[in-house]
Amino acid sequence: MSSILRLIVQRISLALIVLIGVSMLIFAIARLIPGDPARIALGPNATVEQVEILRETLHLNDPIYLQYGYFVRDISQGDLGVSLYTNRPVTTDIAQFLPATLELVIVAGIMMICIGLPLGMISARYKGQFIDNLLRVVSLLGVSAPSFVWAVILMLLFAYFLPIFPVAGRIEDTYVIKAVTGFLLIDTLIDGNIDAFFNAFWHIFLPAFALSLSGIGQAARLTRANMIETYNKPYIEMMRAYGVSPFRIASRYAFKPSLIPSLTIIGLDFAAMLGNAFLVEAVFAWPGLSRYGVAVILRKDLNAIVGTVLIISLTFVLVNIIVDLLIAFLNPRIRYSQRPK
Amino acid sequence: MKLKIKILLANPLSFMGLLLISLVFGSAIFADFITPFPLHKGAVVDFSNFNQAPNLTNIMGTDLVGRDLFTRIIYAFRISIMLGVVVLIISVPIGVFMGLLAGYSGGKLDFVLMRITDVFLSIPPLVLAMAVMGLLEPTILNGMLAVTAMWWPWYTRLIYNLTRSEKEEGYVVAAEVVGASRWHIMFREILPNCTHAIITKMTLDFGFVILIVSSLSFLGLGVQAPTPDLGSMVAEGARYLPDSWWLTVFPGLAILIIVFGFNLVGDALRDMMDTDS
Repeated sequence: MSSILRLIVQRISLALIVLIGVSMLIFAIARLIPGDPARIALGPNATVEQVEILRETLHLNDPIYLQYGYFVRDISQGDLGVSLYTNRPVTTDIAQFLPATLELVIVAGIMMICIGLPLGMISARYKGQFIDNLLRVVSLLGVSAPSFVWAVILMLLFAYFLPIFPVAGRIEDTYVIKAVTGFLLIDTLIDGNIDAFFNAFWHIFLPAFALSLSGIGQAARLTRANMIETYNKPYIEMMRAYGVSPFRIASRYAFKPSLIPSLTIIGLDFAAMLGNAFLVEAVFAWPGLSRYGVAVILRKDLNAIVGTVLIISLTFVLVNIIVDLLIAFLNPRIRYSQRPK
Repeated sequence: MKLKIKILLANPLSFMGLLLISLVFGSAIFADFITPFPLHKGAVVDFSNFNQAPNLTNIMGTDLVGRDLFTRIIYAFRISIMLGVVVLIISVPIGVFMGLLAGYSGGKLDFVLMRITDVFLSIPPLVLAMAVMGLLEPTILNGMLAVTAMWWPWYTRLIYNLTRSEKEEGYVVAAEVVGASRWHIMFREILPNCTHAIITKMTLDFGFVILIVSSLSFLGLGVQAPTPDLGSMVAEGARYLPDSWWLTVFPGLAILIIVFGFNLVGDALRDMMDTDS
């Protein structure tokens, strides 16, 4: 147990170092912009005095290391400044838009795991046969197009030509759901409104599927490669000799060790999805962080850009810690070793 | 290398990949000769002929100002290929150098360099590129810069892991005993043994760079009009779904074809590498 604890402490301290690095990188990028942030914020009609006052309040006249100090102090207090685009605190904006994006990414992640892993297992089981080749080409196709292309194609096929799914939005306007978590799929259940739950699910299905397609392809390819490697191990040979059923071998003995290398990549795919969510949200008019992010980027709204990037990186770092711990849980060699890796 | 190409041609999947890649490169190079309306790559208008569905003169239809979509897609290949080449030419040497340095040196330098790499890897690539792009002006040059900024860490990580295992090998130890300098060992001993991995990753990445750049353009943060670009064409057309479906479907499929081609070949190369070792 103590080695698990040590692993957790080690992971979190590494994550802290990375987060400090991320904050420096973002700060550096924010200071790289040509032009005076105060001038950009106030617009061309402001007087020199007004700009000077804002420069003073934003600490822009202080040396750069002090500016970084103020920056870290503010974010550690949960203060990301005020957005020039919405005139509200950036944290309020993000709190409003982030749940919709996270909900989309989480549903897509679940789809990736529930569809990608079994496809990879089937492929490995029938290696070299027709079904394997077919699945390989399909998963390669999934990886080969950006998610906005899948979003457009899926929307065209299943929302317009075959009007099965809704074209845009998170839920019908007629449902009034009290926001508790911001996740509609959970809030509707808390409300006990099953109709609304299915409606929300109906809305999220197509965007989440479009978002998950490249992840599904990636997961299937990796699982296939790892399963094939595991199938060649002597202990699987022994199971076969004992007459253990192929299904039991696949699901019980070959799957778990094959899952470990895949998990790392699934963590990275999650990061990619956080980015790709921007693309899918744009197609499906999903009211998430994307529209906000793109709007603030186009307006050079410094505080909001920094806040958005910071929150997304934080989410990603957290996911990776969780993935690392999951791997440790699945792999006894890491769990019990004194010095992991 | 000759042998490799023979093997690639023998496998139906990688053969298809090579075919797709040569088709895309060939049509981009000879765009002036094979496209029916070469002038339509620029800012011309032909309102009498706007928003036409695919037909015999315009096999992929025309866009909202009457330009031939097929012509514009072929010219868009040029910009995609150029971006892919430039991003990889800049980012691969940087990443490889950092990876060799961190992996071979070990110790503090290793720790610092790899944490820097971790920092870049913990911001989703697209988001980092968007931030860089948004803060600078959205031009092609800045697009390359933004994508390059997020691409080198992947090579650092790859070469770092390879270097760490290679440096325990006999030939490296032998070179050390003879007294070879660390630069000699890094670049003349270890690096040649990493070229397989680098070439394979570059083949796969060529497609992915194109994918990311088109995503940036799709969000309006990449290549700007009137330069034809696949991502911005999809974005423009998406507003006119479902009626003018050709505006989005053909440029989208064009991206799919390039990336798919590079993935097929990269996959075959990787399989070859696995059987080699």
